[in-house]
Amino acid sequence: MPVAASAIYFLNLRGDVLINRLYRDDVGGNMVDAFRMHIMQTKELGTCPVRQIGGCSFFYMRISNVYIVIVVSSNANVACAFKFVVEAVALFKSYFGGAFDEDAIRNNFVLIYELLDEIMDFGYPQNLSPEILKLYITQEGVRSPFSSKPTDKPVPNATLQVTGAVGWRREGLVYKKNEVFLDIVESVNLLMSSKGSVLRCDVTGKILMKCFLSGMPDLKLGLNDKIGLEKESQLKSRPTKSGKTIELDDVTFHQCVNLTRFNSEKTVSFVPPDGEFELMKYRITEGVNLPFRVLPTIKELGRTRIEVNVKVKSVFGAKMFALGVVIKIPVPKQTAKTNFQVTSGRAKYNAAIDCLVWKIRKFPGQTEPTLSAEVELISTMTEKKSWTRPPIQMEFQVPMFTASGLRVRFLKVWEKSGYNTVEWVRYITKAGSYEIRC
Amino acid sequence: MSGHDSKYFSTTKKGEIPELKEELNSQYKDKRKDAVKKVIAAMTVGKDVSSLFTDVVNCMQTENLELKKLVYLYLINYAKSQPDLAILAVNTFVKDSQDPNPLIRALAVRTMGCIRVDKITEYLCDPLQRCLKDDDPYVRKTAAICVAKLYDINAELVEDRGFLESLKDLISDNNPMVVANAVAALAEIQENSNRPIFEITSHTLSKLLTALNECTEWGQVFILDALSKYKAADAREAENIVERVTPRLQHANCAVVLSAVKMILQQMELITSTDVVRNLCKKMAPPLVTLLSAEPEIQYVALRNINLIVQRRPTILAHEIKVFFCKYNDPIYVKMEKLEIMIKLASDRNIDQVLLEFKEYATEVDVDFVRKAVRAIGRCAIKLERAAERCITVLLELIKIKVNYVVQEAIIVIKDIFRRYPNTYESIIATLCESLDTLDEPEAKASMIWIIGEYAERIDNADELLESFLESFPEEPAHVQLQLLTATVKLFLKKPTEGPQQMIQVVLNNATVETDNPDLRDRAYIYWRLLSTDPEAAKDVVLAEKPVISDDSNLLDPSLLDELLANIATLSSVYHKPPEAFVTRVKTTTQKTEDEDYGSETGNSESPAHIADSAASPPTSSGAPYAAARQAAPAPASPAHAAAAPVPDLLGDLIGMENSAIVPVDQPASPAGPPLPVVLPASTGQGLQISAQLTRREGQIFYSLLFENNTQSPLDGFMIQFNKNTFGLAAAGPLQVPQVQPGTSAGTLLPMVTFQNMSQGPPSSLLQVAVKNNQQPVWYFNDKISLHVFFTEDGRMERANFLETWRSLPDSNEITRDFPGIVVSNVEATLDRLAASNMFFIAKRKHANQDVFYFSVKIPRGIPFLIELTTVVNNPGVKIAIKTPSPETAPLFFEAMETLLKD
Repeated sequence: MPVAASAIYFLNLRGDVLINRLYRDDVGGNMVDAFRMHIMQTKELGTCPVRQIGGCSFFYMRISNVYIVIVVSSNANVACAFKFVVEAVALFKSYFGGAFDEDAIRNNFVLIYELLDEIMDFGYPQNLSPEILKLYITQEGVRSPFSSKPTDKPVPNATLQVTGAVGWRREGLVYKKNEVFLDIVESVNLLMSSKGSVLRCDVTGKILMKCFLSGMPDLKLGLNDKIGLEKESQLKSRPTKSGKTIELDDVTFHQCVNLTRFNSEKTVSFVPPDGEFELMKYRITEGVNLPFRVLPTIKELGRTRIEVNVKVKSVFGAKMFALGVVIKIPVPKQTAKTNFQVTSGRAKYNAAIDCLVWKIRKFPGQTEPTLSAEVELISTMTEKKSWTRPPIQMEFQVPMFTASGLRVRFLKVWEKSGYNTVEWVRYITKAGSYEIRC
Repeated sequence: MSGHDSKYFSTTKKGEIPELKEELNSQYKDKRKDAVKKVIAAMTVGKDVSSLFTDVVNCMQTENLELKKLVYLYLINYAKSQPDLAILAVNTFVKDSQDPNPLIRALAVRTMGCIRVDKITEYLCDPLQRCLKDDDPYVRKTAAICVAKLYDINAELVEDRGFLESLKDLISDNNPMVVANAVAALAEIQENSNRPIFEITSHTLSKLLTALNECTEWGQVFILDALSKYKAADAREAENIVERVTPRLQHANCAVVLSAVKMILQQMELITSTDVVRNLCKKMAPPLVTLLSAEPEIQYVALRNINLIVQRRPTILAHEIKVFFCKYNDPIYVKMEKLEIMIKLASDRNIDQVLLEFKEYATEVDVDFVRKAVRAIGRCAIKLERAAERCITVLLELIKIKVNYVVQEAIIVIKDIFRRYPNTYESIIATLCESLDTLDEPEAKASMIWIIGEYAERIDNADELLESFLESFPEEPAHVQLQLLTATVKLFLKKPTEGPQQMIQVVLNNATVETDNPDLRDRAYIYWRLLSTDPEAAKDVVLAEKPVISDDSNLLDPSLLDELLANIATLSSVYHKPPEAFVTRVKTTTQKTEDEDYGSETGNSESPAHIADSAASPPTSSGAPYAAARQAAPAPASPAHAAAAPVPDLLGDLIGMENSAIVPVDQPASPAGPPLPVVLPASTGQGLQISAQLTRREGQIFYSLLFENNTQSPLDGFMIQFNKNTFGLAAAGPLQVPQVQPGTSAGTLLPMVTFQNMSQGPPSSLLQVAVKNNQQPVWYFNDKISLHVFFTEDGRMERANFLETWRSLPDSNEITRDFPGIVVSNVEATLDRLAASNMFFIAKRKHANQDVFYFSVKIPRGIPFLIELTTVVNNPGVKIAIKTPSPETAPLFFEAMETLLKD
C-alpha cells in the first residue's frame, strides 16, 4: 500500500508537539507519547529511524531543532514517507524564506496546517511543488517573490495546474529578459588509506537551474557524457567533435524530464519549472580528478607526545584556486598543549572536536603548504586503550573546476514565440566526505 | 520573510475560553478570524477547546478561504467528541460542495471524508457522487481518495451506492493525477476486502503504464505499487513490462526508484533469457547505489532493501562492494546495515579489501559497531574457506590490541571458526588462552570454556584453566554453567587422571544438588549415569563428531524472501518480517493467526529458528538443546552455530524421547496420485523440486510427496520432519523414497498421525516441513493444512440429532461467510463430491428462489460441524453458516469449504 502516513507530528527537542495532523483513524491521537517515552527519552534516539512500538510504527527525522515523526499502523511505504518529509520540509523552507526550525513552525502554524491539508490526503502524498501551491495557498507576511506578482486573488485555473500534465509550471509567464542560470555543483567523496591508496572515491553532482523564461519553453541539455555523445553521433551518423568524454555511473532527473525519451534517445529534454530547481543528479566513480592530496605522518612518541606533519597538495590548474579550505586533523582527547607551524593559512586547536583545525582561505593550484605540530598529552593513570585515530577530514570549494570533468556542451531553448535566451553556466566542486585515514 | 503566528499562542489574563467565545462572536471579521486562529493554536498545544464547538462552527459560513480551512480543521479534530453538534456543519458542507470555486468544492468533500461521524457520512454520499463526476480534475482527484475514506468508515455504503464503479471509471480519466489517486484508492480498498474489486488485467496494466509518464512522482509510486502485484502471463509480457518500467529508475524520487525496482524484480522471475536478466541487473545497480547518497534515513531504508535484493540476486551489486564501506560520520544505523551487506558481498576476490575495512572499524569508538565488525570477520571466515586463514590473522592482530570487548568478541567468533574447520587452526589456542583472565562476558566465557573442553588433549594445562573457572561455578549464568559441565566431562574423558576426576565430582555435585536450574540438573544426571554405567558409551556420545556448521548470512527462508521482495520499499522490507507479523488490522482471521506463527518462526534474521530444534525440544527449555552432541556448541546466541543441521538425537533413546520425528529412509517408494502442488520449487531447492499435499484415504491421513531430481547427481537418504502444528500432524512411519537419479522423480505416500506434537495458540493451517537428504542442505518449506482431510467417515448425523445439536449450541457459535465467487451448477455432482470428502448431506429446502442445504461433518476428537449452505443454483454466490462447539476453527473450515466447492 503506498500510504505514507497515518499521522505526522512536529516536535521540538523537548518532545512538545509543535503541530500535528492526523490523516487516518488507525492511530490514536496520543501516539506521540509513546514516541516520547520509548524513543526520545531513551538511548534509542538516533539508533534507528524506523521503530515499532506496540501496534504502530514510527519513522522520524531530525531537521535543525525539530523532530518530524510519522506514525503508521499499516505496512506503509517507508521510502515514500521519508521522501515526503524531505520534500515537505523543502516546501516549508521555500514558504518561510529559508529557515525551518521551531520558531519558524510556531510563527507559521496556520500556514503549515493549510499546507499539510493540501499536500497529503488520507496518507497519500499529493502535489508538493512549491511553484504551484503558491498559486493558491498564500498567507500574509509570507509572500514569496512569485506570489507578489499580480496573483493576489486565487487564480481561477489553479486547480487545473495542480493536476495538469505539466504540474510544475504555470502558464502565461512573461519575462522581459529571458535568462537561464546553470550551476554544476559537485561533491567529491573520498576515503584514502594512510598509505595514500584510494579506498573509495566518487563524485555526486547536481545541476541546479534557475529559469526566468516566458511561456512554455522546451529545453534540451547536452553534456559531454559518453553515452549521450555516442547516441548523438549515431543519430546524426557522423562523429561529433571529440573532446574529453566522461562516463556517468548513474543519473536521476527532476520530475520535469521526460524519462522515456531519455531512455531511448539519451537526450535530456524538459519543460522547466519557473525559478530555481534541481534538474538532475549524477554519480561518477571512474576517472575522478581529486583536487587535493593529503600526506599525513603522525607519530606517537612515547605516551605523552605526538608529532604531526601534514602536507596538502593542490592538484588543479595553477590559475585556479580553492576557497574556504579547512583541514581537521584529529588529536587525542587528553591533549594538553599544541605547538604548530604552517606555511600558509592559520591553525588552532579546537578542544570541542579534538582536532587541529587548519584553515586556508584562498588556496592556489599547484601548491603544497604544510603543517607541522607537536602535541603534548596529559599522561593518564589508567592504562586506557590506545588512541583510535579518526580520519583527517577536509572541506573546500573549488570554483570553475569539476572533479568529474563534466561540461555543459549546449542548452537549447525552444519557445513558440522564438525569443532569445541568455545562458549562464557556473561550475563548482566541493568536498563531500573527504576523509584520509592516518 | 516569515509569519508572526506565534502571538496566537500567548495566553491572556482573563479566563481564556470565555474570552475566546466572546471574540468568536464578534461582529468584526478580522477579530473572528484571529479568534479562530487562537482556538487552533490552543488545540495544537493540546488544550481542550471542544466547548467552543458551536461558536467556531458559526464562523464556517464565510467567504474567506483561509478562515474556512481553519474551521474545517477544527471540525476534523472535534466532530467525533461532539457528534450531535457536528450535524450543524452539514448544511454548509453540502452547500460548499456545490460552490463555483473548485478549491472549495474539493475542500468540502475532502474534509467531510475526514469526519468519522455517522450522521455526516450519510450526507456525504450525494456530494461525493457529484464530485466524482465534477468537471474539474482537482475535485475529481480529491473525490477519488474520498471513496477510500468512506470505504474505511462504511464499506457497505460504498458498494451500495456504486462508488466502486465510479472509481473504476476514473482509471480511464484523462487527467493523470485523477488516475493515480483512483488507483491508490482502489488498491487500498482491495487490500481490505476479500472480494475481487480491483483486478489488474493486461489491458489496465498497459493503460496505467502509459499514464506513468505524465503522473506526479507520488502518482507514479501509487501506480507502480498497485501494478507490482500483477502476474505476467509469460516471459514476453514480463519483458515488455520491464522495458516500460526501467526508465523510472532514473527518477530523482527514491520512492519511485524502489517501487520500480520492486516491479522489475517481480517480473524478472518470469524472464528466462539470461541476457535480458543480466542486462536488467546491470541497469538496476547504479540507481540502487545512488540511493546511498540520499538522506541517512532514506539510506537506511535503501540498505535494508538492498540486503534483501542481494540475497535473491547477488550479481547486481557484486562489483559495488566499495560503496558500502562505512564513512566515519555515517549514523550508526547506516553503518550496521552496510556491514551486513559487506558480509553478504564478500568474496574471494574482494576479501582482502573487506578485511582491511573490518579491521579499521574494529578500532572505532562505538562499541556495538566494533563488536559487529569483529563478528563480521568471523562470519567471512566461515563463509569463505580460502580466506579463513587471513581472517584469523586479522582476528589475532585485534586480540593483540587487548581492548577487552574486542578480545571477547574475537573469541566468540573463533569458536565458530573452529567448528567450521575442525583440526585446522588449533595452533592459535595458546594465544587465546593468554586472554583468559580478561573475559567477563558470559558468551565469551562460554566460548572459551567450550574451546578448552573440546581441545583438552592439546592444551597442557587444560585442567588448571578449567579449574580457575570452577571456583565461581555457582555464580555463573546458566549457559556458562552448562558449558563448564560439558567441558569438564570432556576433559575427564580425554584425560582420566586424578585432577579431572576430582573436578568432575565437584561439578556434578554443584550441578545436581546445588542448582535450581532443571536444564543443568538434567544434563548433569545424564552425564553422571553415562559415566557410571559405561564410560565408553559416554565417550561415543560426548566426544561424538560434530556436524560442520555453515554460514548463515544468507539464510532468510526463501518463501519469506519472496514475500519481502514483493514488499520492497514498505515497512515489511525494513523489518524483514511479513506484513501480517506487525500489522494488526487484516481482513481475515485465518491469515492473521497463520502468519503470526510464521513470523515468529522465521522473522528473525539474526538467528533463524530451526524447525528441527523446536520440534525436538519442549517449548519451555530456554533454547538449551537436550542432546550432548548438539549442546557441544556453546551458547545459542551465536549466529553461526544456529545453522547446525538437524542431527539425529543421540540421547533421544536414552531418555525415552521416542517421538523424535526424524525418520530414516530405507524402503522403496509407492507411486503418487494426481498432480500435487509444488511446495519447494527447483529454483529454491538447488534443483530438487518437492510437490506435496495432505490427502485422506480409507480413513487415514497421508502426506503425498513427489521428489523430482533436476540436479546433476543422484539424491538419497531422504528424511522428513514436521514442526509443531495445530493438529499435531507428524509422520507415522519412515519416509520411503529410494535413491532418485538425476532427471527422474519418486513419489511416496507417508502415513500421518495426528495430535502428536501440537502447537499452542490459535488454530492455524500452517504446516512447516523440513526435508533433508545426504547430498544437500536441509530444505524448509511451508504447506497448508486443509481441514477437509480431517473430516472423519463417521460424521453422518441423523436429522433429529442435527436439529437438536443445532439448538443446543449457543448463537455465538454460529459463524457465517459469503463466497461470492463460487457457483453451484450441478447439485447432484456437488453433493457426491462433498460426500466423498466425508461431508454428509442431511436435508434440503427451498427458500424463495434459494436452495438451502444442510450438512454435517465431524473432525477428530468428535468435534461436529453443522453446516447450512444457501445458494441460487447456477448463480454465483454461496453463503455458508456453520455451528460448532469449536468456533475458533471456523476460518480453517471455511477455507476447506472453499477448496471443496471450487474443485
